[in-house]
Amino acid sequence: MSTRESSAGGTLERTAARLAYEMVVGLEVHVQLLTRTKAFCRCATEFGAPPNSNVCPVCLGMPGALPVLNDHVVDLALRAALALECRIHPVSIFARKNYFYPDLPKGYQISQYDRPLATHGRLTTDGADGTSITVGITRVHIEEDAGKSVHDRFPGVSAIDLNRAGVPLIEIVSEPDIRSAAAAGAYLRSLKQLLEFLEVSDVNMEEGSLRVDANVSARPVGETTLGTKTEVKNLNSFSAVERALDAEFARQCALLEAGQRVVQQTMLWEADPGTVRPARTKEESHDYRYFPDPDLPPLVIEPSRIESARRSLPELPAARRARYRESFGLSAYDSDVLTASKALGDYFEDVVRQHRDAKTTANWVMGEVRASLNASRRDIEEFPIRAADLGELLDLVRDNVLSGTAAKRVFAVMAETGERAAQIAQREGLVQVRDDAPLQAWIDEVIAEHQTEAARCANGERKLLGVLVGFVMKKSGGRADPRRVSQLLAERLGV
Amino acid sequence: MRDAVVTGARSPREIVDEAFSRARRVRAGADGLNAFLWSDEASAHDEASRLQTRLEAGKGGSLAGVPVVVKDNIATLGSPTTCGSLILENYRSPFEATVVRRLREAGAIVVAKTNLDEFAMGSSTEYSAFGRTKHPLAPALVPGGSSGGSAAAVAAGITPIGLGSETGGSVRQPAAFCGIVGVKPTYGRVSRFGLVAFASSLDQVGVFGATVDDAALTFETIAGRDPLDATSADQQVLKYGEPVSSLDGIVIGRPREYFPEQLDHQIAVHCDRALERCRALGATIRDVSLPNTNLAIPVYYIIAPAEASSNLARFDGVRYGLRITDDGLRGMYEATRSNGFGPEVTRRILLGTYVLSAGYYDAYYAKAMQVRSLITRDFSAVFASGVDVLFTPTTPTPAFEAGSKSDPYEMYLSDIFTVTANLAGIPAMSLPIGRVGGLPVGGQILAPHFAEVKMFRVARALEKALGAEAHR
Amino acid sequence: MSISLDEVRHIASLARLGITDERARVAAVELSSILQHMEVLSKVDTSDAADVDVLAQSGMMLRPDTGPPIPLERSPADFVPELRDGFILVPRLATHEDPEPAP
Ligand SMILES: [Mg+2]
Ligand SMILES: [Zn+2]
Repeated sequence: MSTRESSAGGTLERTAARLAYEMVVGLEVHVQLLTRTKAFCRCATEFGAPPNSNVCPVCLGMPGALPVLNDHVVDLALRAALALECRIHPVSIFARKNYFYPDLPKGYQISQYDRPLATHGRLTTDGADGTSITVGITRVHIEEDAGKSVHDRFPGVSAIDLNRAGVPLIEIVSEPDIRSAAAAGAYLRSLKQLLEFLEVSDVNMEEGSLRVDANVSARPVGETTLGTKTEVKNLNSFSAVERALDAEFARQCALLEAGQRVVQQTMLWEADPGTVRPARTKEESHDYRYFPDPDLPPLVIEPSRIESARRSLPELPAARRARYRESFGLSAYDSDVLTASKALGDYFEDVVRQHRDAKTTANWVMGEVRASLNASRRDIEEFPIRAADLGELLDLVRDNVLSGTAAKRVFAVMAETGERAAQIAQREGLVQVRDDAPLQAWIDEVIAEHQTEAARCANGERKLLGVLVGFVMKKSGGRADPRRVSQLLAERLGV
Repeated sequence: MRDAVVTGARSPREIVDEAFSRARRVRAGADGLNAFLWSDEASAHDEASRLQTRLEAGKGGSLAGVPVVVKDNIATLGSPTTCGSLILENYRSPFEATVVRRLREAGAIVVAKTNLDEFAMGSSTEYSAFGRTKHPLAPALVPGGSSGGSAAAVAAGITPIGLGSETGGSVRQPAAFCGIVGVKPTYGRVSRFGLVAFASSLDQVGVFGATVDDAALTFETIAGRDPLDATSADQQVLKYGEPVSSLDGIVIGRPREYFPEQLDHQIAVHCDRALERCRALGATIRDVSLPNTNLAIPVYYIIAPAEASSNLARFDGVRYGLRITDDGLRGMYEATRSNGFGPEVTRRILLGTYVLSAGYYDAYYAKAMQVRSLITRDFSAVFASGVDVLFTPTTPTPAFEAGSKSDPYEMYLSDIFTVTANLAGIPAMSLPIGRVGGLPVGGQILAPHFAEVKMFRVARALEKALGAEAHR
Repeated sequence: MSISLDEVRHIASLARLGITDERARVAAVELSSILQHMEVLSKVDTSDAADVDVLAQSGMMLRPDTGPPIPLERSPADFVPELRDGFILVPRLATHEDPEPAP
């Protein structure tokens, strides 16, 4: 097959075709669970250890070794399934998925097949435009990861590292409810955010702790039956997913327009040049010969365990956004920004705890704090200004000890040194001046320097008062209390 | 023997030396019985002296100084673990099986790793990559299998006890052929950690003993839950305790399906004699029926190969064992596996792959699992009806001639009375009940799940009642 | 139920058993005759056979999320056929630009 299929047909036809067809997408997401040890053996799961150093008889598939399931894997999988509003099955079965691959030590992967942990869930995503889409979750099941095959390290051979073999995963399979690349991106972002809030995974695509495969098909608009799907793999970022879906959809539309059929196959996304190409067809069609793993009795989950897992669920993103809107009176937009990551929201709430005024706090966290984080390329966890200290700074502004301008300068120093606001303000002489004596002195100078403006103002051009206040502020290096200054000026000019 | 050691009457070293000289006398090695795949006097002496120091420190153990042979599909440190296969010819396990660790902790001394049908797939110990094991009484005959090496070694008096493994009768059938005691525990009673898997839902480590007491003591030593085996049961192991010779109040079932027309007449006669002895000891004999018995062999030969085809996928030449390089990765896989596995193993992998493959799963594997539950239900029903144990012949015939069973299915039929216990997961054992044409015949006792104590009680009483008749 | 030569070749390939046509022909006959004996099962009524939920009973033993791993008393260097820089080496796949993605 040509590797340039994605450009079949001219641009115009393709656009036309795309209008006549609807994209139908279901996503399979593999998520690495945050456990200390592997799913079926006691090896460490740490990332980046020397090759084949985190291995034991079990994950090496040595003759006579047996798997024993990690209890914490069940906890984390339960937490995720419950947050996805799934039905948890009291009895689920581990099955063997049989295939030969050098990084699959036993010749089979321990997974769940016809009796998964959980089914019938859903995830609702609020779109930017206020609308929200709900994607059905077909199933959530537990399985083990394979090892890593490195094909470019040594000439002519593949190099196998089994440190990752046996690391616990959950596979989250969505219904084909997704209708656009953008919707797929939105679904993935809120899924990632959910898993992060749940602390079941560090959802890091670079380290492979979150992996996405997409099932894509196209059908004429209005058609209700599904078209032939292809599976798109090698998607290593959310934007790759979105671009790959558009490319594959375009390819399928072009085929259908040309009266050709879509072949059910695995496609690989290539970021550069941004096309999908068919995966090299393997020697044979897959026949995984699934059957229940006789080494692992059925996994029985007592109702009590499901209940305590449900009770221990943390506040989820949607709930937190709602709370920010209702109890803090923040806008939908502000709530979204502040709940983007659990840590940012926690920081925001810590500042509010000190300063009380949620709106001001929101403005500062979304403005100054995020700007400073972006500039220093830091996460909120490593932000030098402690929430309580930022609260103090905002208190100083509220109490007119610092002007807004001065506060921003103090903030900058705090971000550098991590000192407390008050002591910086003192040292830098940024504390607001409110005694009449120094204010009068500055006013005298300003009137002397701008006699015309002062006269016109005195003669009724009241709007010039602001200008004159501005000159005084400037003279004071931003330290003068603007309200007092305009009072005094008004008295002096008798307006 | 153990008492003699603990009391210091005899030293572990003496006993080990005896075992080895006995082994030399009966020619246990490749030049004779070919029961041993590995045996090392020096390492046995080291174990003996380590034990000596333990004894002096007063830490004997229930099997102090008892020499033991271990089937070579059970992982041991300090010796190879070949499974009788070329694919593991020079393989040494980096860890030890739980059962072997428990034996050593109890003071037993491993003197040899024993021959078997490759990966325990067989009933005659003819299918070993390292040559067949001969019957201790008649070299032309098979000792049974797949644990033929351990059975022959114990029968030849080299060691009083041995370890084997059971998937469809691989301990009971050779025990019957060789005239010793063989025990298959309840599924989950003994850890499988370190037992190289053949069919995981059927496999159990089994024990051989010259006498019921030897076997029972060995069983007690290795039994009990193991955190390394998720299928090991959390059931306390009751001590076999003081033997009771009376069988008052015991109801013994005689399942008619195990006494068919074509059953060797003299075997039937020996069974009746044994049952007669039990009646004389106060037991009630009741005719019972296990209607699904005839389905056991078909069910077994679907489930066992299916699981085996998956369990043996790990022998791919990538991480350990034989690797034969050929064109590309697939070439390496196929060259390694086709040269590493013998004909019977290949046959079963093919059969198992077939019954699991797309389009056939429901007709074969799924169906077999359902019928399996019917077979299990037969036993539960009989035991629920007030029957304490069942008594049957262990095998339809005595030991047969090597090479006499060319048709695979005919070979499979020699397991006909033993596979049911593996399918149902219940404990079962074979003990000598007489001879036919000079060849030992075994009687089988089957008991409810985790009721080994009751099984041993009946066996012990019967053994005592038969006395020398058991070997006549 | 009899197995064709092509079916034998297919399952042999699934099982990565390189067998000669000679051996495949023999296997087809052997497996077919073995499977004949299995036919009896198709006639058994299993409508009320036990479901796994019955077998489930107590459910499976789980382990705490702690180490240390079961030690390797021999190092991989002792048993791995080809080891370099800690990696296990195998012949490169024909499709190595397209490694089968991890599950
Ligand atoms: Mg998967
Ligand atoms: Zn491990």
